[in-house]
Amino acid sequence: MIEIITQEPLLAALVAMVGLAVAFGAVLGFAAVKFKVEGDPIVDQIDHILPQTQCGQCGYPGCRPYAEAIANGDEINKCPPGGQATVNALADLLDVPAPELDAEDGDQSDVKKVAYIREAECIGCTKCIQACPVDAILGAAKQMHTVIASECTGCDLCVEPCPVDCIEMRPVPQTISDWQWTIPAPLGERLQGLRSADIIATDRDTGTRAA
Amino acid sequence: MRKIWDIPGGIHPPENKHQSLTDGIGTIAMPERLILPLNQHAGAPAKPLVKPGDRVLKGQMIAEPVGFISAALHAPTSGTIDGIADQPVPHPSGMSARCIELVPDGRDEWCDHQGVGDYRAQPPTALLELIRNAGITGLGGAGFPSSVKLGPRQPIDTLVINGTECEPYITADDSLMQARAPEIIEGVNILRHILGNPETVLIGIEDNKPRAFEQLTEAAEGTGIEVVEFPTKYPSGGEKQLIQILTGKEVPSGKLPAELGIVCQNVGTTFAVYNAICRGEPLISRITTVTGQACGRNGNYEVLLGTPISHLLAHNDFDAKACTRLVMGGPMMGFTLLDPAVPVVKTTNCILAGSKAEFPPAPPAQACIRCGLCAEACPASLLPQQLYWYAQSQNHERLEAHNLFDCIECGACAYVCPSRIPLVQYYRAAKGEIRRHDAEQLKADHARQRFEFHKARLEKAEAEKAAKREARRLAAEAAQRKTATSEAPSSGPGSADDLIQAAKARAAAKKASPDEQKAKLERSVEANRNRLKIARDKLAEGRDQGLDSDAMAKLEVKVNEAALKLKTAEEKLASFDDTSPGKGDSTVADDAASRVMDRVTASRREQLETTVASLKKRIASAEQAIGAETADATIAALQSGLEKQRQKLAEAETALAGLGPDGDQKVTDPTTVDAASAAIARAQAKAAARASMTPEQKAREDLHALDQRIAKARDKAQAARAEDSEHAATLESALEKLEEKRRGLIEALGAEPEETVPERPVAESVPAPSAVEPHPVPNDDPAAAAIARAQAKAREMAAMTPEQKRRVELASLDERIAKARSKLDSALAEGSEHVEALQGALEKLENKRRSLAQQDSDGVNPEGGA
Amino acid sequence: MVFARASSPHEHSALSTRQVMQYVLLATLPGLVALTWNFGWGTVINILLASTVAVGTEAAIVALRKRPVLFYLQDCSALVTAVLLGLALPPLAPWWLTVIGTLFAIGIAKHLYGGLGFNPFNPAMVGYVVLLISFPVPMTTWITPRDLLPAGVHLPDLWQSLQIVFPILGAPGQAVDAITGATPLDAFKHHTGLLVEQIYAAEPLFSRAEIVSYGWEWVNLGFLAGGVWLIYKKVFTWHAPVAMLLGLTLMAALFYDGGSSTSGGSPIMHLLSGATMLGAFFIVTDPVTSATSARGRLVYGASIGILVYIIRVWGNYPDAVAFAVLLMNFAAPLIDNYTLPRTYGHSKARKATEKKP
Repeated sequence: MIEIITQEPLLAALVAMVGLAVAFGAVLGFAAVKFKVEGDPIVDQIDHILPQTQCGQCGYPGCRPYAEAIANGDEINKCPPGGQATVNALADLLDVPAPELDAEDGDQSDVKKVAYIREAECIGCTKCIQACPVDAILGAAKQMHTVIASECTGCDLCVEPCPVDCIEMRPVPQTISDWQWTIPAPLGERLQGLRSADIIATDRDTGTRAA
Repeated sequence: MRKIWDIPGGIHPPENKHQSLTDGIGTIAMPERLILPLNQHAGAPAKPLVKPGDRVLKGQMIAEPVGFISAALHAPTSGTIDGIADQPVPHPSGMSARCIELVPDGRDEWCDHQGVGDYRAQPPTALLELIRNAGITGLGGAGFPSSVKLGPRQPIDTLVINGTECEPYITADDSLMQARAPEIIEGVNILRHILGNPETVLIGIEDNKPRAFEQLTEAAEGTGIEVVEFPTKYPSGGEKQLIQILTGKEVPSGKLPAELGIVCQNVGTTFAVYNAICRGEPLISRITTVTGQACGRNGNYEVLLGTPISHLLAHNDFDAKACTRLVMGGPMMGFTLLDPAVPVVKTTNCILAGSKAEFPPAPPAQACIRCGLCAEACPASLLPQQLYWYAQSQNHERLEAHNLFDCIECGACAYVCPSRIPLVQYYRAAKGEIRRHDAEQLKADHARQRFEFHKARLEKAEAEKAAKREARRLAAEAAQRKTATSEAPSSGPGSADDLIQAAKARAAAKKASPDEQKAKLERSVEANRNRLKIARDKLAEGRDQGLDSDAMAKLEVKVNEAALKLKTAEEKLASFDDTSPGKGDSTVADDAASRVMDRVTASRREQLETTVASLKKRIASAEQAIGAETADATIAALQSGLEKQRQKLAEAETALAGLGPDGDQKVTDPTTVDAASAAIARAQAKAAARASMTPEQKAREDLHALDQRIAKARDKAQAARAEDSEHAATLESALEKLEEKRRGLIEALGAEPEETVPERPVAESVPAPSAVEPHPVPNDDPAAAAIARAQAKAREMAAMTPEQKRRVELASLDERIAKARSKLDSALAEGSEHVEALQGALEKLENKRRSLAQQDSDGVNPEGGA
Repeated sequence: MVFARASSPHEHSALSTRQVMQYVLLATLPGLVALTWNFGWGTVINILLASTVAVGTEAAIVALRKRPVLFYLQDCSALVTAVLLGLALPPLAPWWLTVIGTLFAIGIAKHLYGGLGFNPFNPAMVGYVVLLISFPVPMTTWITPRDLLPAGVHLPDLWQSLQIVFPILGAPGQAVDAITGATPLDAFKHHTGLLVEQIYAAEPLFSRAEIVSYGWEWVNLGFLAGGVWLIYKKVFTWHAPVAMLLGLTLMAALFYDGGSSTSGGSPIMHLLSGATMLGAFFIVTDPVTSATSARGRLVYGASIGILVYIIRVWGNYPDAVAFAVLLMNFAAPLIDNYTLPRTYGHSKARKATEKKP
């Protein structure tokens, strides 16, 4: 045995290398089967983060298609309804740096909105009903339509098709039951640009500012 | 001595209790107006029982609990309800909520009330009901309805009465225990009885209230109630902390003390229970501490619920300028009031008007140096500095892992924080954010489901449409091939085969449909049955709940409606079952095929005649449908369908006429042949699946169907009348129409061929039938007569130049327009709901006429004929 | 009439961050006095110089970050860093050593990471280690304690000390070399192959000591006193320092080996020599960079104690507090993850990275 190795070093090395490769390959293959991760497919996880407004502002016909597109490498900053928070969550999930939200119009306010049909003006054309991705509009031909506010995702897809322009997006008013304390602005932000002399006068209303 | 356990953490802020303990419990003059928020408790807001302008007596229930976790509300004094409106309420947000406003009349007149003589003779459930009706909630803090807390599912072995009052400044419970110890002990006895006499009954008091301890110990002598004193430390008055101090047990996270067999009640609540059971007095007042350096006088007062806090403050020489913070509750957990006009509610244990010396303006928070003082102070053994860190970065996962939701917001961490970070605000905000996020996630999941359903529905509809299109395309192809072959002198076997194929395809397409239809009908029956059941359940529930008559009537109507719908659905299913078994799937296909064979082999004339006849039949049935239909939209749709059929009939007739007297021969004029053969093909395709019956049979069938519909319409009309429905009139007029039609049909069956369908406009445009009657048709066959008429008309038309044809058509249109106008006028006069539909129809007619007139003047012949 | 909204609690205890820092500064006094008594004015000069540079650097960086300067200076945290660094540096170290160390501590180790509360590593120790690695010679040049100096040689007076630190002030009347000497830990480390007793006999640092190491024992006892006072004032808890001292003692006891030639030295020598007590009560207790929970601080402190012994005895450096602390600063988040306290109502403690149950 040793003689063969010493006499045929090239062959021995080759055999050793191939042998090792086979052994490690077997180990890796076994590990791949044995320790297979049975997680959510990435598309489901992405879809879970998306806000499900089904608004299509990302250019895909709904949240799931966009989730699939992201899984296939599309940008993660195309979801205006989700806002920067969704972008951040996606970046976190996919372990990439979070880009800025790609908002064409600057009015990505945090205020949640739902569609509202001015019922007196509605002619009952059913166009908005067809446009609604979550079937949140109720009505029949030539009958007045109305939005089920609790089902409305605020995607505003129904605003465009209305021939008499009787649909508007109304902010959901805050009530005493959904009021909540807000997190005070970070210290740096609150002190930003203040001179020492200003602090006591301007910075002590932390609470009211937070409200 | 009972063993006392210690709690981790805790702080010793300056107590500041002596200021308000100088006198006993004082009283406050009646305010001019009481504001009673409908939601002074945890749970659903109460439902008002009074209207503005009602006079109420003291103790009268003015709002009732809605649902299980809710509490009633009572008039604190006699007076008049001034309004029920949104008013600022005590809430950290400073927002408004629905309140009942009561203007006292000054007489303070009690309603009828009396206590339970011997509560021990009463079953606990009866006492719980009394407590619920007395509107008693936890008076210590959260305001949880007491009847819920006192009726746990688990057996209770320990009753803990909370007399701790660990927050600085507050002395409401202390003064109550000092002044009313015997009543409190009696209240504890009532609670014991309700809870099935638990083995251990403890009253926990901090050692900074020696007088209250003495009083209670004295009163509790011989009752088996243990009054336990323990060292003062904030926040030992928290329910979970007190349980830990007195029993050494910890309430499991997210669970209630009842899981451990423990119920905890505040002393104030206990006193309220005593009042409700022994005196029959609901919760209409409470002891409130008014204190703070901005108040000239400090003290405890028995205050009527609804008393504006400004009234209370005015009574205590409040100096608004000296006040930097107005707090409801204590300095550790109370919340600031933005507006002193808000009322005292069930949970108002203290009004703290702090001066600048007491509550100096908060300095700006410095950076957290993670010194860990907060963790040492935390009674729940949390890591406040880490929670702060993750709250700032909104890392919800870490916050949950650090047990954010076990934070009781006692404020000990923020109290000790050397950097003056408003930690509790961070936790509150983070909790709110997590709750909101969870709710949004739920909503998003819901929206996803709805979207997926929506998508599935659209896809299904699309698939169905595609299938139909495919079938139509196949039929059209077959027809085209047929046309092509029919131009040859003899129609080859290939073309016949094609037609048979097409017919078979169509039959196959139809074959699926009966099953589907049946399934659909069955589903609708099932759904209606469910609906009826739900409606009945609701009715029963409503009866149980004692709904008012209006609501009950509405529910009954709903049940009736549901029953009616179910009946209709069942009838439909039954009639479907009756008709369908006769036509086996294979037989339908075979029938169709054999009919097509007949067609192919039959002469052209025969074919055309059959086509015309079948079209006429369809027109007749369409008209009947219009007559029977009441919905505008459907009428419009049916009318347009009718219009199309009429056009087809005209075409077929033209074709028939074009065949000339020797119809079996090939017609010389090629264009006519083309048009005719196209029409034939279309008509054949349409007719292929239709049953071939003798005209008389058809008429009888029609009559039978009509009878059924009349019966149904009568039922409906009767039901509508019974319900006083607005549809009754419409239904009746429809019924009349049906009956008229039936008469017409009977007459037609009898003898009068020209009266077959009285309202048919085509018939009206036909000239005198006797003039051109080529066939020896028996008079008693109305369909044949109609065919004959049509043929005659077609011949006439064929004989006419295109211009003449148009003239005739124009004339008939004019007639119809005139008729439609008169109908519309009468509808307008009656204010009928059909006006719109009629207008639409009229417009269509007019459009048609215009285009025809246009053609006439242009001299363009759209048919491309001679 | 509208009042301000504020979240509860509305009352606060008197202790502020500024006060915490001031307590720490005060607590260094006994140690500082012992150092000055034994080694002359050098430490005082170090502290004053470092404080000036630290406050200046802090102010400059806060101004650069466009924040209110006084607000940030008032927490005294820069002063604490400067004082700790000044105490750790050899007395009479050249001025540039102190300046570089302080600049690095405040500028890089503290503010580059976001300032107070955000620095993962103890700034004073980062400054110290940077100097130790970059300038090993001046960093290991210690002064011989006052009473062990050869006859006729005295510790320089204040002016002379200033001249030694700042050569621009003129040549000192006395050569620095005459007064420099080894520290007890140096001495112990360099006598290899001897029994502990032989080392003690050979070195006056040990032989003339009242407890174990001449001069240094009093310095360490001074810092111990200050630390105990801080625990009494509840500025920090006992967990980390006690755990560190226990860890060190345990290691020393395990490897004392009866005073053989391979012995690592007695526990008492390790406790009262070098920077043990300064580290235990003023460096290990830095809350920003240590573990968070009480359990975590026990683990953190004990690990530092063990590391200190390992590096002192088997490593290249005679003292090791700075290295041990920095190493454990790395590990603090990991320790935090596994040492959450058991929350009320939970049957067992959770992990910080635990997912939803």
